[in-house]
Amino acid sequence: MPDETKHIVTAFEADLRKLRDMIAGMGGLVERAVADAAVALIDHDPDIASRVVEMDPKIDAEERAVEQFAVRLLALRQPVADDLRQVIQALKVITDLERIGDYAANIAKRSLVINQVASGFSLSGLGQMALLVQQNLKNAIDAVGEADPQKAIAVWRADQMVDDLYNTIFRELITYMMEDARSISACTHLLFIAKNLERIGDHSTNIAELTYYAATGEALPDFRPKGDHTAAYMHEAAGQR
Amino acid sequence: MENASHMMSEAAPPTGFSAAAAEAAPRVSIRDLNFYYGATHALKNVSIDYADRQTTAMIGPSGCGKSTLLRVLNRMYDLYPGQRAEGEVLLGGENIIGAEQDLNQLRRRIGMVFQKPTPFPKSIYENVVFGVRLHEKLSKSALDERVEWSLTRAALWNEVKDRLGSSALGLSGGQQQRLCIARSIAVRPDVLLLDEPTSALDPISTLKIEELIDELKRDFTIIIVTHNMQQAARCADAVAFFYLGELVEVGPSSQIFTAPRERRTQEYVTGRFG
Repeated sequence: MPDETKHIVTAFEADLRKLRDMIAGMGGLVERAVADAAVALIDHDPDIASRVVEMDPKIDAEERAVEQFAVRLLALRQPVADDLRQVIQALKVITDLERIGDYAANIAKRSLVINQVASGFSLSGLGQMALLVQQNLKNAIDAVGEADPQKAIAVWRADQMVDDLYNTIFRELITYMMEDARSISACTHLLFIAKNLERIGDHSTNIAELTYYAATGEALPDFRPKGDHTAAYMHEAAGQR
Repeated sequence: MENASHMMSEAAPPTGFSAAAAEAAPRVSIRDLNFYYGATHALKNVSIDYADRQTTAMIGPSGCGKSTLLRVLNRMYDLYPGQRAEGEVLLGGENIIGAEQDLNQLRRRIGMVFQKPTPFPKSIYENVVFGVRLHEKLSKSALDERVEWSLTRAALWNEVKDRLGSSALGLSGGQQQRLCIARSIAVRPDVLLLDEPTSALDPISTLKIEELIDELKRDFTIIIVTHNMQQAARCADAVAFFYLGELVEVGPSSQIFTAPRERRTQEYVTGRFG
């Protein structure tokens, strides 16, 4: 928190700064993985896809490093108030980041298969979704670095658009599958990719919520507008049976 | 009360105690308290409630007024000319800083334990009964029971029961401090004031006192001044933060140490002060 008064123990101050830097570093890796996964998907680039898959262990290692550092900080410095909230936020944010890394790797793996089975499908919807998701993720990570509750709220709200796009893609893919059973394999992969992107959006929202709490000491309300209605989705054709 | 002493046991406090505590529900309410050391305005419009049978910790940098407030609560300032308090300090509805207040009675109702152990150079037994003898006429056996009860409540009985006649000065620092707590609770006060009770003790003795505080709050309203913030976090239900004679913020410990409302509180508890 840039405008904060300095801690009397400078080593503690340095530790907190290092923790923020570590989160920013891990966040950078994860952003890169998601961006590369999107390129691998849209441009059908197998090299980039394998790069994303290889990046995953690095992200996991980063998560463990932050975790160890945060636990050490808790044990040795016994932080309270905003310092405590920052350390707890760090511990939880890295879990979200690690999951996002997993989803990126999964998208990359599926993109390799898509190259073979789904060459005929337009990927523009997914591409647009990927762009939105990346923007939200970037804003979420920036909000962490700047401890900016307003930015966090913006991310928290923006996830609605990701959910809307996901619903659209979900319906579209269902339609394709009903039209032609041979498309089921490709569409299932695309559906999983869309779901992965939607989950990345949810984790970005989590990060925003954690950031808001760390910055203000108050939790955001529980009733975030949930936009993924596909769990309740039943196609008309299925309903008519 | 005297002839009912046979009902006392380790678990049950002396007869009359629980009933009195339940009826009177002693709880200290301070309203617009101002305190002056001569021309120095040491406490400024302090209003605070101390919940019954809870531990309230007062924290703040040196000179913030927390010890002054303890001195007001049992009128220790009366011993010094030029010091005066204005406002209301209500104990069971009675303004204890009023001129008509009986100081001996007040100091029985509000006990105090200091930073350094202050045993009298007497036997352990005599230390505990010293205050009791001033306020009550008890038979030898009733006194014995009161000593056992007090020392048990102060978690010292098992360590000293075989040498009650030996000098209190032979006890370790931590034991001496627990003896002082036993001496304070022997007169069965409503409120127990603890002024940095563990600052002169080693970590294990400190933990024993903290454990004791947790036990004692079942029967007494405890107000503790501490410089050790972890201690306030560990043993207080509520925490009050003072700065430059003002009460900045008071709230449940969990809130003060996770999400304080005031910026000054936050800067102090995180160690960013000044």
